[in-house]
Amino acid sequence: MMDSEHASVRDNLFPDNKPVNISRRKFLLASAGIMAGALVISFGIPIQPARAAQMPKPFVPGTRVPAFLEIRPDNTARLLSPFIEGGQGIFTALAQIIGEELDLDPAQFVVENAPPGDDYKVMEKGGRFTGGSNSVRSSYTTMRKLGAAGRLMLMQAAANEWKVPVQQLTTEPGKVIHQPSGRSATYGELATAAVALPVPDTDAVALRDPAQFRWIGKPVQRIDVRDKSTGKAMYTIDARVENMLYAAVQHAPRLGLEVGSLRNEAHVRQIKGVHAVEWLSGAVAVVADRWWIAKRAVEALQVDWLEPGPQSTARYMSAEFSTEAFVKHLGELPGEGETAETKGDVGSAISGAGKTVSAVYHTQNLNHAQLEPPSALARFDDAGNLEVWLPNQAPDLFLADIARQTGLDPSRIKLHSPLLGGFFGRHFLYPNASPYPQAIQLAKAVGRPVKVIWSREEEFLRDVLRPLAVVRFRGALDAQGTPVAIEAISVTEGPTEGIANKHGAQLDPTALEGLTGKRYDIPHKRIAQLYQQTHVALGYWRSVGNSINDFLYEAFLDELADTGQVDPYEMRLKLLRGNDRLTHLLQEVAALSGGWKRGPFTAEDGSRRARGVAMASPFGTETAVIAEVSIEHGKVRVHDIWQAIDPGSIVNPAIVDAQVNSAVALGLSQTLVEQAVYKNGMPVARNYDLYRILPPDLMAKVHVKVIESGAKMGGIGEPPLPAVAPAVANAVSHLTGQRIRSMPLSTYTFDT
Amino acid sequence: MELKINGSTHQVDAAPETPLLWLIREDLGLTGTKFGCGLAQCGACTVMVDGMAVRSCVTPVEGVVGREIRTIESIESDALGQRVVAAWVKHQVAQCGYCQSGQVMAATALLQRTPRPTDAEIAAAMTNLCRCGTYNAIKTAIHELAAG
Repeated sequence: MMDSEHASVRDNLFPDNKPVNISRRKFLLASAGIMAGALVISFGIPIQPARAAQMPKPFVPGTRVPAFLEIRPDNTARLLSPFIEGGQGIFTALAQIIGEELDLDPAQFVVENAPPGDDYKVMEKGGRFTGGSNSVRSSYTTMRKLGAAGRLMLMQAAANEWKVPVQQLTTEPGKVIHQPSGRSATYGELATAAVALPVPDTDAVALRDPAQFRWIGKPVQRIDVRDKSTGKAMYTIDARVENMLYAAVQHAPRLGLEVGSLRNEAHVRQIKGVHAVEWLSGAVAVVADRWWIAKRAVEALQVDWLEPGPQSTARYMSAEFSTEAFVKHLGELPGEGETAETKGDVGSAISGAGKTVSAVYHTQNLNHAQLEPPSALARFDDAGNLEVWLPNQAPDLFLADIARQTGLDPSRIKLHSPLLGGFFGRHFLYPNASPYPQAIQLAKAVGRPVKVIWSREEEFLRDVLRPLAVVRFRGALDAQGTPVAIEAISVTEGPTEGIANKHGAQLDPTALEGLTGKRYDIPHKRIAQLYQQTHVALGYWRSVGNSINDFLYEAFLDELADTGQVDPYEMRLKLLRGNDRLTHLLQEVAALSGGWKRGPFTAEDGSRRARGVAMASPFGTETAVIAEVSIEHGKVRVHDIWQAIDPGSIVNPAIVDAQVNSAVALGLSQTLVEQAVYKNGMPVARNYDLYRILPPDLMAKVHVKVIESGAKMGGIGEPPLPAVAPAVANAVSHLTGQRIRSMPLSTYTFDT
Repeated sequence: MELKINGSTHQVDAAPETPLLWLIREDLGLTGTKFGCGLAQCGACTVMVDGMAVRSCVTPVEGVVGREIRTIESIESDALGQRVVAAWVKHQVAQCGYCQSGQVMAATALLQRTPRPTDAEIAAAMTNLCRCGTYNAIKTAIHELAAG
C-alpha cells in the first residue's frame, strides 16, 4: 500500500489508552474507543475516575460531576452517558436534560457511552442497562441534578476567581456572568478551576422551573445525525487497532453441538492470508489478514460436530425440532396453567353466560435483525491486560462476564461500548449470543489483536429469538354484548426464563405482560401461563412480552365485540368508563384519524378499506392505535397508522415522533412479513433474502399525537409498538371477514 | 490492482473476486460503508461506481478497476452530496444510523441521474432496508430534494 493509504487507515484507528495530543477531528472520530481519563493533556476538565476513586466515603451514583462531564476550552462538553445510543436518541436527550440545568446548549455536547463503573449505575433501582424503555424515566431527576451541580461548580470557580459572592453570579448558556461588575467568563475558561472544587450536594441544588425550560420538551435536533449521514459515526464493527487480524467463524449448525474433528484443517491453513484455524466452544474460527479471506476459509472447513452427551443440561437444539410441529404441540398440551392475574370467578361467569367465545391464537418467533452484525475486537497488551470492544446494553454485566471467563481481575480489563447499529434487545448478556469470548480466545491464541465479525448467516444461527406463544382464550358477554369474563392461558416459555434456561418459582412476567396489566374493567378474568420449554434460544425483542400479548388480547377483544354485535371502539370506551386518562387517549386517537370510522368504505383511489383499533399499556406508557388497511393483490396493505401516546411527560417531541415511526415500522414488520421458522433443527432463513423485514414500500403513513398528561413518566422506545399489530389485525378481520388469529399476515391468503 | 476512490488512486493487493466492500473498509480504512448482509439484500454497503449505486458487498474488485468509485466519505465533495446530507439533517432521518451511509449514497446516485424523480422512480431506487424504520423521513427528504 501507499503511504497515504496507511495514513487514512491510521486516522480511523481506535487509539491506545495513552494521553495523546490529538486533533479535535480525530478525537471526535476516535472517541468512542477511549476510556475515561484518557484525554488529560488536551482538554480542560479531565474526566477523573482515579481522583474519584480516592474519595473514602461511599457515594451516590450519578452525583460526581467530573465522572460525567468534561468541559473543554472551546466551551464544548464531553458527556459520558450511562446509557448506550442505538438509535433511540438517548445521547441527545441526556444533552438536553443536563444542558438545561448546566446552562449549556445541547448542540455543544459530545456524548459517548461511559465505561463500566459504579458512578454510572444511575437507574432508580440502582444498576445500569439500556433497555425496558427506562433510560430517561429512570435517570431524569438525577441527570438534572448533575447538570445543576456542574453549573454551581462553574459559578463557584468564577466567584473564587473574581472574589465575589456566588449569589451575585448568574449564567447564560455557556458562561458565568457577574452583573454588578460586568465581568463574564466562559465555562471553558472556568473548567480547570471548577473541576478542583468539591461537588455540591446534588440533593440540595435548586432545579430550573419547568416553565422556563429552553431545551427540555423542545424538538432539539439530534446531536448525531450529521455524523450518521456522512459515514463518520463509528460502531464496534468499525473498530481498528494496529496489528489487528480478522476472524470469521462457522457456528455449529445447532446450539449445543461441539467440534468433533476437522477433516481439512491442514488444507485450510495453507490458504493465502490465513494465520490460524482455531477450535472454539460450539464453533470453529479462521484468523486471517482480511475478513473476506477468513470467511471463505472458515466456510471451507469440513467439521464433524458432536451431539451433547446425555448428562448435558445446556440449551440444545435437537435435529428433530420444527416450529410448525412445536406450535401444534403447544396447542395440544393439556393443562390450565399457573395463574398470574385473577379477578372474580371466570369459570362461573363463563358457564353462566348466554354468549361465550373461545379461540386459539398464536404468534411467531422473530429475529432481531439489527443491521449491524455482531462483532468484537480483543487486544492484550504486553502485561496481559485486556481491552475489548463489543456492542452491549449493559457494560458492567459484560465486564463481569469477561472477568469470569478470563480469570482476569476487572481492573485489568477495559471495555469499550461503541454506538449500536440497531439493537431492539439484541445486545443484552445472553448465553452463546455474542462474539466477545471468541475474540478474546483468538487474540490470546495468535498473540495479536483480533476482530471477529459474524456474517449475517452466523448471526442468524446464534441470535436469540422473540418467544412465540399459543394462547387459549375464553370470553363471555352479557345481554348487551359487553365482555364480562375473559380467560387467557398462554402456552409459552418467556424470554427471562428462556435465558435462565429454567422455569422459576415465580412466573416470568415478561412472558405474560400485555395479557396481564390490561386496563379494561372486566369483572371476571384469569391470565395464566402453561410453561413449555422450547429448543430455541430466547431473548428480549423490542417491547418484549407486549409485542406478543397485546396483539393476542386486543384481537380477541374484537372477536368478543363482533360476537356481541357491538362496535369495538364503543366497547372499549365502555370498558374504560371511569378511567379518564385512557378514555381521553382513545378519543384522541379517534380524533387524530378524523373520527372513528370502522368501514368498510371505499377510499378515493377506489380501494375497499377498513379500520381497526387497539390499545396497550407497555413500559409505563399508554397507547392507542388506529390502522387503515386494504387488500392489494391478495395481500394486506396498511395505509395509515394513527397513534396517540401518553408517556406522562417527554423530553424531545421530535425524537418521540421518530420513535413512534420506528416502533410502527417494527410493529408492521412482525404483523405483515416477519417470522423465524425452524425445520429439522435449523433456521429456514439465515439472511434477509428469506427472512423478510419491512421494506420501504410496505411502510404506512404515521400520524402521532403525544399527550403529556402529567402522569409518572413512562418509556418511549418500546411502547408505540404493541398496539400496531392488533389494530391492523382487527381492521383486516373486519374488512375480509376472515378472523386473524396469528402473525404474520403473509401466511394468509385473501381475495383481492 | 489500481482503484480510483474518491478522486485518488490506491494500489490494492487482493484476490480478484474479493468484494469491493472489504477493500474499502479494511485496506483503505473507509469504514463509513457498512456490512449488513453480504448478499446485496440490505444496501448498507452502497457506493457509487461511475455514478451508479452499487452494492459493494457483492461487487468483485476486478470489475471496478479503473472506474470512478465514490464512498460516503466524499459525499460532501460536491453540491448535490451536500444538499442530500443537508436534507438528511433537516429531516432528522438517522436513528441508529447504520444503514444511512447506504441510503445517502442511493439517494445521491438517484438524484444525480434523475434530478426530478417520480414517486415510482424513487421507489425503484430506494430499496435499502432500515430496521429503525426511517422510511417516511427518507421519503420526505428525497421528495424535498426532488422538488429542487
